[in-house]
Amino acid sequence: MTHLSDDELVLMFYREDDVLREAEAHAASCAVCRERFEKLTMALREVESEPIPERDESYGAEVWTRLQPRLHDAVPRTRWWESLSAAMTWPRLAMAGAAAGLLLAAFVAGRSSVPPSAGPMPLQAEDASDAARERMLLAAVGSHLDRSRVVLTEIAHRNGGASSDISPERVTAADLVADNRLYRQAAVRTGDAAVAAVLEDLERVLVEIASSPSQATHDDLVRWRDQIDSKGLLFKVTVMGTRVRERQQDAEPRPATKTST
Amino acid sequence: MEASDLAVVARVKAGDHDAFRHLVERHSRSVFRLAYRLTGHEQDAEDVVQETFLKAFREIRRFEARSSFSTWLYRITVNCSHDLLRQRPRAGSRPSLDDPAVRVAAELADPSASANPLRELASRRIDERVRTAMNELSDQERSAFVMRHFDGLSIEEIGRVLDLKTSAAKHSIFRAVHKLRRALEPVAELSR
Repeated sequence: MTHLSDDELVLMFYREDDVLREAEAHAASCAVCRERFEKLTMALREVESEPIPERDESYGAEVWTRLQPRLHDAVPRTRWWESLSAAMTWPRLAMAGAAAGLLLAAFVAGRSSVPPSAGPMPLQAEDASDAARERMLLAAVGSHLDRSRVVLTEIAHRNGGASSDISPERVTAADLVADNRLYRQAAVRTGDAAVAAVLEDLERVLVEIASSPSQATHDDLVRWRDQIDSKGLLFKVTVMGTRVRERQQDAEPRPATKTST
Repeated sequence: MEASDLAVVARVKAGDHDAFRHLVERHSRSVFRLAYRLTGHEQDAEDVVQETFLKAFREIRRFEARSSFSTWLYRITVNCSHDLLRQRPRAGSRPSLDDPAVRVAAELADPSASANPLRELASRRIDERVRTAMNELSDQERSAFVMRHFDGLSIEEIGRVLDLKTSAAKHSIFRAVHKLRRALEPVAELSR
């Protein structure tokens, strides 16, 4: 006769459907397994012997009284990139340039095989969870800030003579302008004046770079460098990017904890 | 009739922050019990309750109705408890009953022990053994076991709370039970 395994005894104790009927039938006719099950039951009942401090019906109200003053500082604040999520539909995002394209690509790759040009967005798109949407927006915004930082760094450190070829930076800047405008408007809508101001300064520089000839003059480079330096723009964009990355990490699903105590 | 958790969550999300009170009043006791089982200390459990609701309030926009609010809250409670346990030194943060001197002092100071001293002492030894056995479990094993044994969550729900596949959640419970059984069977035999 094959006896019940230890795991099957545990499942039987917790009355898990997948083994219950067979396990109980076996135990009914097997004294060895019955005794093992009794020992397991007694051991687990001992766990219940440790008392738990009582909390009566009024406990919830007490917790609320202590909690309420702290909630004022914890009011969920809409971040500027989140307003994009709330305000925009996926088709509009699809038109919003490189960063939104990244969102859509990630979405389509992960959730649907229907290409974005195939008419109305599939239902799954409408059902995309807030958390997943936030993660994708953060990825897009993070990417936007990283690319902007690279352009600013290249321009700020360019040591040209009479003129300098800025073709790559010009193309990237042109890519970034539309998205930057979108993010700036989102920041204005959510009342995030500091972020809106940084994005406005960034946009001004990006527009100038994008609309300049491929061969930038020495005077252009000096002017842009002054704009970047005087506003601390490179530093601010780097800090914003770091914050978005941190937020992105926080938004990732937490792995299960395996630490022993 | 009381509004459902989801209805209250919708009100909070819409800006009615005072509605959060209903969720706090409804779930505080179960959060406390879980936190106490996981941390093993009353004050730590109180801290976890506060942190849990604070975090739930901050993150409520990210709550998705794919699981129940209580399951989501359990997940936060478990994470807050684990964070607290990681910050807390394993030993030395408070007098331990494993320390014989502390144990004797505690026993002498407890007037209830005089009613039936031997029985009382035996009961305390068992409680100590249970506490030690629970402390030997990993965070994941203890959380899975507590939620199954004391709160009656299904293995699937435990998997959702701990971000584990169902099979992994099940094996966490198996490991926890086997460790507890090894530690507690001798005690159970004696008290038979």
